[in-house]
Amino acid sequence: MSGPAQPHRWIDRDRLGYGEICAAVADPIQRRGPGRAWVIAFLGVMPLVLATVVAIGAVLTVGIGLSGVNTTVVWGFSIANYVWWIGIGNAGTLISSMLLLTRQHWRASINRFAEAMTLFAAAIAGIFPIIHLGRPLYSYWLAPYPNTMDLWPQWRSALVWDFWAILSYLLFSLIFWFTGLLPDLATMRDRARSRMGRRIYGAMALGWRGSARHWAAYETFHKTMAALAVPLVCSVHSIVGLDFAASLMPGWQESIFPPYFVVGAMYSGFAMVVVLAIVIRWGLNLQAVITPSHFDAMAKVMLFASLVMTISYATEWFMGWYGGEHADRTVISYFFTGDYRWLYYSLLFCNCLAPQALWFARVRLNLWALAIISIVINLGMWLERILIVWNTLSHGHAVSLWRTYHVSVYDVVILIAPLGLFAFGFLVLARIFPIVSIHEVSQLAHDEGAARRGTA
Amino acid sequence: MVQIFHPGADTVARVILASIGAAPVLAVGLAYTLWRSPYATAQDVTREQPVPFSHEHHVGGLGIDCRYCHTSVEKAAFAGIPPTETCMSCHSQEWTNAPMLAPVRQSLAEGRPLIWNRVHNLPAYVYFNHAVHVAKGLGCSTCHGPVQTMKLMRQSAPLTMGWCLDCHRDPAPNLRPHEAVFDMTWKPPADQAVIGARFMEERSIKSPERLSECSICHR
Repeated sequence: MSGPAQPHRWIDRDRLGYGEICAAVADPIQRRGPGRAWVIAFLGVMPLVLATVVAIGAVLTVGIGLSGVNTTVVWGFSIANYVWWIGIGNAGTLISSMLLLTRQHWRASINRFAEAMTLFAAAIAGIFPIIHLGRPLYSYWLAPYPNTMDLWPQWRSALVWDFWAILSYLLFSLIFWFTGLLPDLATMRDRARSRMGRRIYGAMALGWRGSARHWAAYETFHKTMAALAVPLVCSVHSIVGLDFAASLMPGWQESIFPPYFVVGAMYSGFAMVVVLAIVIRWGLNLQAVITPSHFDAMAKVMLFASLVMTISYATEWFMGWYGGEHADRTVISYFFTGDYRWLYYSLLFCNCLAPQALWFARVRLNLWALAIISIVINLGMWLERILIVWNTLSHGHAVSLWRTYHVSVYDVVILIAPLGLFAFGFLVLARIFPIVSIHEVSQLAHDEGAARRGTA
Repeated sequence: MVQIFHPGADTVARVILASIGAAPVLAVGLAYTLWRSPYATAQDVTREQPVPFSHEHHVGGLGIDCRYCHTSVEKAAFAGIPPTETCMSCHSQEWTNAPMLAPVRQSLAEGRPLIWNRVHNLPAYVYFNHAVHVAKGLGCSTCHGPVQTMKLMRQSAPLTMGWCLDCHRDPAPNLRPHEAVFDMTWKPPADQAVIGARFMEERSIKSPERLSECSICHR
């Protein structure tokens, strides 16, 4: 827990007035330039952004053959990346909605960038099914639109479920994120110095005046959206799980898949939030509002998720044996003894073993240790997704078709380069919008007693 | 504090918000209209030809049977475009010096076929077969329209997949007695519903479900 030196659990300053909070969040955008770290980071990610564009352009012009897929292992990096990114996208809404509904006020400091993370991650995730289609130019066929062919999408296809899951999740995340941003946009408008700044932030603030009526409508709308988000966040990753579970392949056709995918998504998503929180806290000097207690709380969530994941893996092994199906049993033994066994052992180390260090408070409060564990978890979760794809497809029902996957250069590019796109989105966002919620942190400071004897 | 926006800004904001909702709907509506229009389907577009062959004169005026020129329509997928010799079976006697027919004479002399501009052009992934349609009692004019009135040939149907499916999902109203298939003026009789249903039965025409399966036309 928080040491004796910290005066409030969620605000690391004896007194933190509303004006100081505003200044801490808004001034880096409105009063100061980007700074050297930002410029270096921005130039650093540009090659990756370019590589993403080139990789997507390549698949549009050359085709899916660039990937290492073959007639047996028909899914590859695209699908694993898709599941991984959409999983990361899940935690933003989890933090925003579930923690809002359960009145975990500490979320105020991290929810804004967690929501932005959701937005970017879901948008990046949406790219992968399209470039994996093989005929990406026809991706609009997934939408039900009145066409001259008199055809509608095949509702029994998991691909169509994906389309709806991602689209509704993306639209919802965008509206939810923008709703939470409204009062802060008004703050930005009022603090802007140039006429142009006042007009741009003013237009986006939609006439927010901070009247009691505005706040009442805002609270109702935001809470209602949060309540809607909980089933949505579960449905989106359940559907991703069903992409696999609705098939007839050994190792995929398991009823545990939807909940196991939802927990896995939250796991990797929380790990990503921790990494982002560490970077943003350092980059924007937000030590006062993102406190060690925040990292402590998030580390506990990750520890819990790692236990659930371990139990899920164990359940998978048990059910494979208990079900008695020959194909299922051989796939499980292929996990441990097959071509990808070292990756599987790495997965178990990353997802099950390494996070056990979080039982110790000293590890939870050490940001370096926490950052390393979070990155290890994200690595492990990506390994989990690629192994779900590879193990089953390389070891299906037809023995004569058993083959392994051969990673191509293109695969490596579409794995690494979108990380740059993600960072690029964040870097741009951090220069335009308050990356931490001003009004919610002010509320938190009030509740914690840090804002008393108002210094604003 | 000075006002940032003038009073009209409220209206502008409302219009922008409304158009965020309206734009996708209107865009789909525009695409819907455009994709069914002759611009996209080439319906009713009359094509220029190397020789201005008139179906109105040869079919409507002289009453020549379709099969005189389109010889393989009952036996093959392709109805057939006649060789120059078919033209010459009459035009070696009639209009032998007409300047309009100079390309036809040249074609015969050089042994090089006339190159007509295709009017009914289906995509390569559609396996349309004339023979089966004729055998089951689909008449020429059902798809090709009143050819006997066309001075130059034009595509009278939209030829969209939806248009094909209209009939594949309910063929009965278009089924004719075998002897009426090449009758360009055939009109369905008053009891077509009964007759059509009987033809469906007699000619073993597959169910609408079977006829609208992908592999019926795409193989």
